[in-house]
Amino acid sequence: MSIRLPAGAPGARVLGLGGYRPRRRVTNDELAQVMETNDEWIQSRVGIAERRWASDDETLVEMSVAAGGKALAASGLSPDEVDLVILASASLTEPIPGIGPQVAYRLGIPRPGAFDLNAGCAGFCYALESASAAIRAGSARNVLVVGVERLTDVVDKTDRSTAVIFADGAGAAVVGASEEPGIGPVAWGSDGDQFSAIEIAAGTGTMTMAGQAVYRWATTRLTDTLLLAMESAGVDPKDIDVFAPHQANLRIVESMTKRLGFGEDVVVARDVVQSGNTSAASIPLALTALMESGEAKSGDLALVLGYGAGLTFAGQVLTLP
Amino acid sequence: MSEDIQAGLAEILEEVAGVAPADATPEKSFTEDLDVDSLSMVEIATAVEDKFGVAIPDDELGNIKTVGDAMSYIQKNQG
Ligand SMILES: CC(C)(COP(=O)(O)OP(=O)(O)OC[C@H]1O[C@@H](n2cnc3c(N)ncnc32)[C@H](O)[C@@H]1OP(=O)(O)O)[C@@H](O)C(=O)NCCC(=O)NCCS
Repeated sequence: MSIRLPAGAPGARVLGLGGYRPRRRVTNDELAQVMETNDEWIQSRVGIAERRWASDDETLVEMSVAAGGKALAASGLSPDEVDLVILASASLTEPIPGIGPQVAYRLGIPRPGAFDLNAGCAGFCYALESASAAIRAGSARNVLVVGVERLTDVVDKTDRSTAVIFADGAGAAVVGASEEPGIGPVAWGSDGDQFSAIEIAAGTGTMTMAGQAVYRWATTRLTDTLLLAMESAGVDPKDIDVFAPHQANLRIVESMTKRLGFGEDVVVARDVVQSGNTSAASIPLALTALMESGEAKSGDLALVLGYGAGLTFAGQVLTLP
Repeated sequence: MSEDIQAGLAEILEEVAGVAPADATPEKSFTEDLDVDSLSMVEIATAVEDKFGVAIPDDELGNIKTVGDAMSYIQKNQG
């Protein structure tokens, strides 16, 4: 007696994107009133001009529902066509139960497979690969991927080494089957020897970061990952229309851009300037912003890369919906 | 030998932080005199590792304050 497997789809692609930005804008000057910092330092070191902080009613679930609803609407699918929900977050302070099932229920998605995934700031790209793989394996037809964070819940809002950087928000993508692959092979991995570089140490409830160690890692160890993501998809750097790496620090974005040999008119995501570091939400938020402003358009080839706590990293090439 | 190191360092400083090569003399402090900030220092360290084949761990990087410090560190640690 042998076990039968479903046929699966030849490829997967992103069908729709959506984002949710919390209402409250926090400027550098506002932060300078409560901690020893200033606009000039923040802009020159990290490139952030302002960020959004979630209010009490903007919970992880509410922000996920808002972003997921927009991605669903953009995809043209109805909720009952979705059969898997993957929710990436690193800021779930009460992890039982996971919130994927509740987000699905609130969106009217009937009884999908649903789970949460924590790969730090690489969460969205890990979830995207999981969605694409499930579709190609035949275990799902359409998948809702959400990246959501309330990092202000795990950051000491008076500690200038993290409070000026980390922020809140949600981004989502609906992924479905396609004849032509619209999501390339993932280039992913981890460097677990640096587990403590970004951590909430036991019993503290507060995140700390070894900024310079992470900066060095991000600007040196991830270039090969980006090159591999392009090479394994059969794409040349000159073919990339949009580069949207995790929005951690503008200087890391610029340093990566300089190394990769893109064409001159490549569009680079710099949403960190307006949004700060929103971890698993940063890539879908950045892509949504570029599509809304018209800088990126449907059919463009985008290179994305998530990286962060773990340390983890994952990158892929995808076609914009 | 030390001229080669100084010239190589000057090249890196120009490339990473836009420092004029003539300014990259041993007594200059990276942060005070050359306006190199801590993140540019990280990038300089990486470039020095590639160019001179030395390792500069994060805790050593904090002790390198002047161009001269960097030159002697490279000299001491080069294979
Ligand atoms: C976090 C980060 C911006 C800190 O920058 P840094 O240059 O390493 O900061 P340091 O702590 O070494 O401080 C450098 C100087 O700035 C000062 N400083 C630090 N934080 C400051 C702040 N918020 N405002 C003003 N001054 C500040 C320090 O006092 C220090 O001054 P000194 O040289 O006179 O002593 C930077 O390390 C970084 O972006 N790292 C990568 C983080 C990342 O990408 N994480 C990914 C997470 S998913």
